[in-house]
Amino acid sequence: MTVAVENTITTTIHGDRVSLLRVLGPAHVWALGVGIVLVGEFTGWNFSADKGGALAALIVCWIVGLLYTSVAMIDSEVTSTVAAAGGQYAQAKHIVGPLMAFNVALFLVFAYTMLEVSDAILLGDTIVAKAGVEGLTHNSFIAATIVVLAWLNYRGVLMTLNVNFVITAIAYISIVILFFSVSPWTQGAVLKLNELVTPGNALPYGWIGVIAAFQFGIWYYLGIEGTTQAAEEVRSPARSLPYGTMAGMITLLIAAAMTWYVCASLMPWEYLGITYYPLWDAGKLTGSPLLENLLFVATLLAALASANGCINDAARAWFSLGRDRYLPSWFSAVHPRYRTPYRSILFLLPIALAFAFIADLNQAITFSILSGVLQYTFMSINIMMFRKKWPLGSIRRGYTHPFHPLPAIVLFCLCVVTFFAIFLGFGSQLIAMVAFYFLISLWFHFYRYRFVRRGDQFTMPWPKPQGY
Amino acid sequence: MSRYTPPEQSKAGQVFDIAVVVVAIFVALWLPLKLGLAGAAKSIDALDAKTWEALGQNPTMASIWEKLGYTPETAHDIIQNRFHYIIDWPTLIIMAAVLIGYFVFLFRASDREYRDVINEKFEDK
Repeated sequence: MTVAVENTITTTIHGDRVSLLRVLGPAHVWALGVGIVLVGEFTGWNFSADKGGALAALIVCWIVGLLYTSVAMIDSEVTSTVAAAGGQYAQAKHIVGPLMAFNVALFLVFAYTMLEVSDAILLGDTIVAKAGVEGLTHNSFIAATIVVLAWLNYRGVLMTLNVNFVITAIAYISIVILFFSVSPWTQGAVLKLNELVTPGNALPYGWIGVIAAFQFGIWYYLGIEGTTQAAEEVRSPARSLPYGTMAGMITLLIAAAMTWYVCASLMPWEYLGITYYPLWDAGKLTGSPLLENLLFVATLLAALASANGCINDAARAWFSLGRDRYLPSWFSAVHPRYRTPYRSILFLLPIALAFAFIADLNQAITFSILSGVLQYTFMSINIMMFRKKWPLGSIRRGYTHPFHPLPAIVLFCLCVVTFFAIFLGFGSQLIAMVAFYFLISLWFHFYRYRFVRRGDQFTMPWPKPQGY
Repeated sequence: MSRYTPPEQSKAGQVFDIAVVVVAIFVALWLPLKLGLAGAAKSIDALDAKTWEALGQNPTMASIWEKLGYTPETAHDIIQNRFHYIIDWPTLIIMAAVLIGYFVFLFRASDREYRDVINEKFEDK
């Protein structure tokens, strides 16, 4: 029998206390972050071309890159100081308060679960498109992907992230190979950017289209902040988390720029904006069967790596909610043998399966983006409160990000722009999602919070925050 | 300040709370799909003449569409399916009010709870 013990990182089994294992290094942190995000280069980012044109997709690639650099800088400082499973959830609990922490955990679970759903849909659709067999549907591939990856996560975090490291590296190298195979330094032979992105069609909707494109520009990098979920399983959080996160961000900025350049130089923006497989299509359009097959395999691997990391992160956020009794403590059990939050993994499995069958790709992506942007808005305010409550020098920080408060202000402004971008085309979905978060917050504040042990929510060895 | 002791939750209560969360998740994610509130607000600007020129495609673009297996007829609904960015001010104001109201409630209610946490944690210090 497994009995969950609240407010500790352990579970008691037959009198023995077991906890999550500290087995991960910076490479695993990189693999977790980039593994989740890299699929964004294989699908999703290109919907920003649909909303604003090919040039808008490039502009948001850079500007949203700035947003995520701010996220990575802020996150590295707070996480290297608050190293606990749940990442931003643990940060919110210590800096803002329980209700915010509850919401942040839900943002994380929704963002990652819907990202996992998107990955599974992508993988299923890619296989079906490659097979070209009439009547073949993606359902069995989606189900197999989600179930097998959940099993992998159930069996252990080290094996999960070792697998992620290998498949993420292969997927990333495929982008580099594609880029150098099409002679990027010459136009006209394979790449035809000048003829595909012209002054007449570069910004088909004008500058309002650029703003609208922010919504899917987020997809270039969404999930890099997931590195913090592994905080309790990293051997040296203060070193590994900032190092792995910043290395991941640099990797992704390079991949995003290469991806845009190749894709925008190979297909018209109207097609680029609606295809589910821009890089695989780019491989096909080069005329090289080798590149086509390489990008096909890489698309599958990127989707697998992302879904794998998402299951890992969503389960840890859910586990943290159970551990603090924000949700029933039943969820806080750690597997006696594999040391994984197995009940959370199993609980989220049918939810992911259900939505993989009822949502389409860009709806699932939008759900994920919405939760992500709500979380980034929180992060921009959170760092301000963190520096105010514990000024520099008052506690030991693993990393201190430079130029404060500039990154926080930039992040907040870009979040406001992205909310407006979501409003342009997906406004009803945004209002419905926020209404949900508002109602579930009322449920927590006026009912569920009674089961929470107050003082136990603050576990860091810090002095009393200033102003309290 | 006395230490708060939360009530023990029965198994039935835990099951009920799990059910509430599951239902809330499905309502939040499934209902917008069912009501047609999810997805892009796009519409097709139909053209009578379905040629690559009329669709605004130069010879390079046309050759790529053809390489991808499209004709002007089959590409028409993709090329002409456009967003129409008209700012609906009442909806925008509602959206802004919902978002601001949500965050204000979150921070204020969180702060009340946070004070309990800090008072209890540091009561002897």
